Amino acid sequence: MTQLAIEAVNVVKKFADFTAIENVTLRVPKGCIYGFLGPNGCGKSTMIRVLTGLLSPTSGEVNVLGLSIPKQTEALRLKIGYMTQKFSLYDDLSVEENMQFIGQIFGMNSKLLRHRIEKQLIIYGLDALRKQRVAGMSGGQKQRLSLACATMHNPELLFLDEPTSAVDPQNRRDFWEQLFDLSEQGTTILVTTHYMDEAERCHRLAIMESGQIRADGEPEMLMRDMGVNVIEVYAPNLRALKLKLMACKQVRSTAQQGVRLRVLIFQDVIDPIEWLKTTFTELSHAEINLARPSLEDVFVCVTGEGRQ
Amino acid sequence: MSFLRMKAIIIKEFRQLSRDRITFGMVVMIPLIQLLLFGYAINTDIRQIPIAVVDQSQSTAGRVIIESVKVTQVVQVTQRYATVQEAELAIKQGEVKAALILPNDLTQRMMQQRVLGQWIVDGSDTMISSAILALQSMPLTDFDFDIRPQTIKTFEVVLYYNPTRRSAVNIVPGLLGVILTMTMILFTSTAIVRERERGNLELLITTPVNPMELMIAKIVPYIFVGLVQVGIILGLGHGIFDVPINGSLTQILLGTLLFISASLTLGLMISTVANTQLQAMQMTVFVLLPSILLSGFMFPYEGMPVLAQWISEVLPATHFMRLIRGVVVREADLIDLWRDTLWLAGFTFIGVIIAASRFKKTLD
Repeated sequence: MTQLAIEAVNVVKKFADFTAIENVTLRVPKGCIYGFLGPNGCGKSTMIRVLTGLLSPTSGEVNVLGLSIPKQTEALRLKIGYMTQKFSLYDDLSVEENMQFIGQIFGMNSKLLRHRIEKQLIIYGLDALRKQRVAGMSGGQKQRLSLACATMHNPELLFLDEPTSAVDPQNRRDFWEQLFDLSEQGTTILVTTHYMDEAERCHRLAIMESGQIRADGEPEMLMRDMGVNVIEVYAPNLRALKLKLMACKQVRSTAQQGVRLRVLIFQDVIDPIEWLKTTFTELSHAEINLARPSLEDVFVCVTGEGRQ
Repeated sequence: MSFLRMKAIIIKEFRQLSRDRITFGMVVMIPLIQLLLFGYAINTDIRQIPIAVVDQSQSTAGRVIIESVKVTQVVQVTQRYATVQEAELAIKQGEVKAALILPNDLTQRMMQQRVLGQWIVDGSDTMISSAILALQSMPLTDFDFDIRPQTIKTFEVVLYYNPTRRSAVNIVPGLLGVILTMTMILFTSTAIVRERERGNLELLITTPVNPMELMIAKIVPYIFVGLVQVGIILGLGHGIFDVPINGSLTQILLGTLLFISASLTLGLMISTVANTQLQAMQMTVFVLLPSILLSGFMFPYEGMPVLAQWISEVLPATHFMRLIRGVVVREADLIDLWRDTLWLAGFTFIGVIIAASRFKKTLD
């Protein structure tokens, strides 16, 4: 049995009459990159705050790195790194000074701190910027600094709350490379995102919607087990076709992608291509293919019920 | 409590302060400008009040009396009228603050040793009316003969510490209290709120920093700032306004340290209540106004109604006014004024505990 870094059972968090997290059970194995995928306001950040002890759960059991939360939160603080959604380091300090501050807060002595800063500056490509004030830096640079600070004390567990929302694709790719390096060294990482391509990179994934986990597992498994076939239709008048298809109970959802229409059809339709051709006469000569499912299909399949 | 963590926060605060040029400038400019401004401007010895004269007697005696009144320098004759009605109108219109009326039977009154004339005064400002009231029985020495019987003093009054009755002697040490209240509370009241507004706090509370460390480390840098201001005010006060520094410097240092700490903790308490910097500033003003008006800086504590005295007793500024005026002017020490010393120390101690306990490391 793999060891668990995080075990949360039946967690509920209410703010007055609003339930932000509804009965969430979550198990994160040690050493894995675990993704939280969900739309804005689905409770991802709240869940992270409960797991880090910033919010106390209304009910349920939370156990992080063998510590019971929120009771043993103070002991947990030394073992975790946290990168907030909004940049939360000091704008008026330089790169090096921010790292110094965080290091000292975590109780590093000056020799260890110097050594650690040098190392982090090189890993995260910040050594040329070391004397620069944070205020003038780009989104990507700030994000690298945030990660460098969050990992100053070699945390066992890293929480990243939408870490890539303010950076360009190139920086995002580099950022994920760094996460894989950390994971390789044994750090458990919990990351929230609303980007599908990012979610696909995680070892395991939970899809959240309106405070509930709709599905969780490895991305491949989620795609395999979603209970629908993905069909791509190339045909004229896609808008009109979309409306017709949506009226059928066999169709889970449709989405137009340029000249194609992506149709998710429940698996109880044995031959979906034949079914489409016979049910809709205008499609009898259209180009229709079976497509590889994507994470977005999974997302569409499991969500969309409780929203609004 | 970790000394290393507190040091980290203190260094960070100093760095931030040194990079905020305007704030850094204000640390020096506020005491400098305010001292020069108030040191000269606030004056309780009233001089040169504009008055009108209505001399109906048209006599030499009348002219001599008017000259004697002018010589006191309390008033300045700016208008002359023929009738009382004109003088009353001038007072109403605010042209003059008072009018001296000398009746046409002035010479006869002198002989009969009756009251010579009448002052009509705009009594709305009590300081001005007191100044004129003091002229009620002014001696007239400019006549060749004794026109009034010599008044015999009941008491002899000896003025200690400020025999020449200069306002600056009282104002400058008091100004210390007002300026420290203003800058110290303002600095710390925005301290925690600023971190919250900029998002730094969410990161900070996931680190091992404990509330007490954070509170103490937030105060320490501003103690130095406060001492710089004290140096400026007392140095200039002594140099320019010739305020005697009678007490020992150690006593002054200890007293101001106590008050600085008390003000800083008051600011921290505000900081844990306010959600935005604007709210923090409003609350600071809420404390600042009574600290100026009720602390004894402007008006004597003894003259206030009991309720106001109670409010006054709560404010650290009141206790500091007594303490610092005592030490600077009267050469007292903190033991002589132990009640105020104890209050300031207690206020700081309890304040830090309240601020630390109000500061929660959660977002609930």
